[in-house]
Amino acid sequence: MTITDEPTATGVLGTRMLRKEDPALLTGESVFTNDMKIPGALYMAVLRSPYAHARIVSIDTTAAAALPGVRAVHTGADLLDDWAAPMPCAWPVTDDMLNPPHHPLATHKVHYVGDGVAVVLADSDSIAHDAIELIDVEYDPLDAVTELEDALSDRVVIHEDLGTNSSYTWNLLVEEQDGAVQQAFDDATFTVHERYVQQRLIPMAMEPRAVAVVPQPFGGELTLYTATQIPHVLKVMASITVGIAEQQLRVVAPAVGGGFGAKLDVYAEELLCLALARKHGVPIRWNETRSENTVATIQGRGQIQHIELAADDDGKLTAVRVRLVADMGGYLQLITPGIPILGAFLYAGVYDLPKAYDFSCTGVFTTLTPTDAYRGAGRPEATYAIERAMDALAREVGVDPLELRRRNFIATDKYPYEAFTGLVYDSGDHDKAATIAADLIDYDGFRARQAAQNVPGATKRLGIGLSSYFEMCGLAPSRVLASLNYSAGGWEAATVRVLPTSKVQVVTGTSPHGQGHETAWSMIVADKLGIDPADVDVLHSDTAIAPLGMDTYGSRSLPVGGVAVGMACDKVIEKAKQIAAHQLEANADDLEFSGGVFRVAGSPDAEVPLAAIAFAAFTAHDLPDGLEPNLEAQVTYDPPNFSWPFGTHMCTVEIDTETGEIDVLDYVAVDDCGVQVNPNIVEGQVHGGVVQGMAQALYEGAHYDSDGNLQTSTLADYLMPAASDVPPITTGHSVTPSPTNPLGVKGVGEAGTIGSASTVMNAVVDALSGLGVTNVEMPASPNTVWDAINAAGAPS
Amino acid sequence: MGASVEITVTVNGTAHTHDVEPRTLLVQYIREHVGLTGTNIGCDTSSCGACSIHLDGEAVKSCTVLAVQADGMDVRTIEGMAAADGTLHPMQQAFMENHGLQCGYCTPGMVMAATSLLEENPNPTEEDVRLGLEGNLCRCTGYHNIVKSVLAAADS
Repeated sequence: MTITDEPTATGVLGTRMLRKEDPALLTGESVFTNDMKIPGALYMAVLRSPYAHARIVSIDTTAAAALPGVRAVHTGADLLDDWAAPMPCAWPVTDDMLNPPHHPLATHKVHYVGDGVAVVLADSDSIAHDAIELIDVEYDPLDAVTELEDALSDRVVIHEDLGTNSSYTWNLLVEEQDGAVQQAFDDATFTVHERYVQQRLIPMAMEPRAVAVVPQPFGGELTLYTATQIPHVLKVMASITVGIAEQQLRVVAPAVGGGFGAKLDVYAEELLCLALARKHGVPIRWNETRSENTVATIQGRGQIQHIELAADDDGKLTAVRVRLVADMGGYLQLITPGIPILGAFLYAGVYDLPKAYDFSCTGVFTTLTPTDAYRGAGRPEATYAIERAMDALAREVGVDPLELRRRNFIATDKYPYEAFTGLVYDSGDHDKAATIAADLIDYDGFRARQAAQNVPGATKRLGIGLSSYFEMCGLAPSRVLASLNYSAGGWEAATVRVLPTSKVQVVTGTSPHGQGHETAWSMIVADKLGIDPADVDVLHSDTAIAPLGMDTYGSRSLPVGGVAVGMACDKVIEKAKQIAAHQLEANADDLEFSGGVFRVAGSPDAEVPLAAIAFAAFTAHDLPDGLEPNLEAQVTYDPPNFSWPFGTHMCTVEIDTETGEIDVLDYVAVDDCGVQVNPNIVEGQVHGGVVQGMAQALYEGAHYDSDGNLQTSTLADYLMPAASDVPPITTGHSVTPSPTNPLGVKGVGEAGTIGSASTVMNAVVDALSGLGVTNVEMPASPNTVWDAINAAGAPS
Repeated sequence: MGASVEITVTVNGTAHTHDVEPRTLLVQYIREHVGLTGTNIGCDTSSCGACSIHLDGEAVKSCTVLAVQADGMDVRTIEGMAAADGTLHPMQQAFMENHGLQCGYCTPGMVMAATSLLEENPNPTEEDVRLGLEGNLCRCTGYHNIVKSVLAAADS
């Protein structure tokens, strides 16, 4: 395996090319869904339940319907005949998983604050919002269920027909022989048992959701414009749910202002706008307010984790046991039950674990907003648990946490490495990433400063934390998804079309919302075809233009979609080579292609540029016998494996033990995402991801009262960090190409989030460990830290 | 709802006269009446700063001002930042060169706030920039490259 320190820039690939997307975004020209001007559209507003759990006794819409400018009012019961199927859950993780029927508007009961109860259609957004205030709903309130242990007890069964709040229990027991896990724990020199809470997070993409549906006047076609990450998946699901012939539904994701997993869903409002546009024959639009977004858009995380590690004399892991309870919320959304399962393969981290692994997860309903994918989706949670537990083990063994990790890293020469789960990790050099990070943060120097400063009585205490991680991305080999009961494939499609004038159109099935695919895909094509990236146009996010796709999530776009683009270029070159050989009267096998020109090996004068071949393919006047006109190729690529980016993050903090305030001093992220297409984009992804994970560690949490009311329902209450709340991020990298795909790329969208929460919290606990503190819950607010110090009770 | 009120607001150098409901926010006026949608709405509590514009030369969150309060005033939005020939404003250019944006939704507000920040403090420290932009939220960039962009614009 080739391992280099620097990305290899060959032509444009690997350079810091500026983004093509930026001029339109910087000048206000980009059109987000709620920017669209749609004459004749009615505005929809949704009346939402103020109760977490209640029966709907009656709904009186008379006053709302009478308000001037109101065109229609519908309740859930009115619209029951408009649905062909309940809202979709595409990931029934077990055959006996319980999934309550779920329609876009509640009919007889509400199951979380924010559950839709009725809608108004009106001439303006403000009239629609005025009108929902006039709808009179009588509720019969029931007990809320807001705590996972309470939910598990079935004290209150939320969906009575199911008979229990437990939706499923999913197990993964991997043992060399029966009882190997228990045997390992019995034989262990060291064991740790840790309990961690993954608080609920609000994804908070800066663009709230927005939907507009435009019906065609004749023929029944509907165009759904929506702020989504998944126009293709949504088209399939919406056609089934609303009962629209799939070829009559076009889904377009205009400019989308961030997703982070929260726009990877099929939402009630999308289905309502479709059904109501069909019903009324006029365009219908809906713009989510931020206060709606916090309750009506999915939330992330929400788990209680128990992790046990067994280790031998040297602190080498011999077994891992994990028990999770995962909060589903009031209903199952698109992939709600699968999110904790995505983490199931990562609770042994980047460590060489024998076949002694026992994982079990129970998904339970609560009367809270449904959970679903949020940046990292199961993998930050898993990484948090193993990396926090590794620090606990290091304290138990009495070695430095970095040393403990080095003893357990999968050795580089073992790659490709068949893990205990049967998954094959593609490539890695964990010691190298850790060493680079340690050098960047001056690990040994900081340890010396820490020893000098954290003396008895010190009220400013230093801590350093680290986390080594796998990202597990490139979702995903379709056969693996099948084995996980996931209802779709994991392939991606690309078309590369060389136009007669030799400009290039790329059609991709990925659906960017800030990641810079137009730039990155142009760079891949320019590199392959030897042309200027400015001559490449990337078309995406419209099912009429890009009919095939699996969209953007799970750090899949580059290692699946970008690879498909590169493979389509190879097919174009292969076809062009046949035409070139014909024109040069040479054998195709003797042709070389570089810099956009075909040359006959050994005959430097015999050459023809791709541009000439493109035009020849267009005129088709003189093509080789049997060759189709035009120069275009389509590839649908199903990856043979996940990709396995990895890295080590380190962080230093200083904590004021008198106030509990945490000052993050330095943050170093060393990420290896294989070959880098554009280091600017890679670093940008890492910066943003790190701050999102740091935000979970220090600031954010969806706080509910015992009645299920969200206490952090606005950006004034939910502590999403501002620039002044976070430090600069130092990025480093190594480059270990993936052997799985021809570009050697791995993906990077979630790495920052996966590595950072555990890194920050390990630093926090490290700073306080001299005071007897072994755990601090997230978010580590000054109050929480102060409480942890005082609960530990050690004299400072 | 009350009776409509006629207002005249100069937006990016052009005077506009419209009848508006008294409750209309300036951001709604800019987006729905003037038709300039570069100014985005990210919250309903004046927390996120996505709707930041310049009002008589000062950066304000345009959701905190009623349209009627802007009667007779001068508004500059993101659409008014680049030169007529399309040349980007130095702040826009700095954001582009330093990868200071990803999804771009907070970006118009960030650019307007940052421009105003440099007018008040042409040579800010990194800390000055972080504090100066604390009213503008971004979910994509972790702020690292936004701060870098503003410092680069200050140097240019």
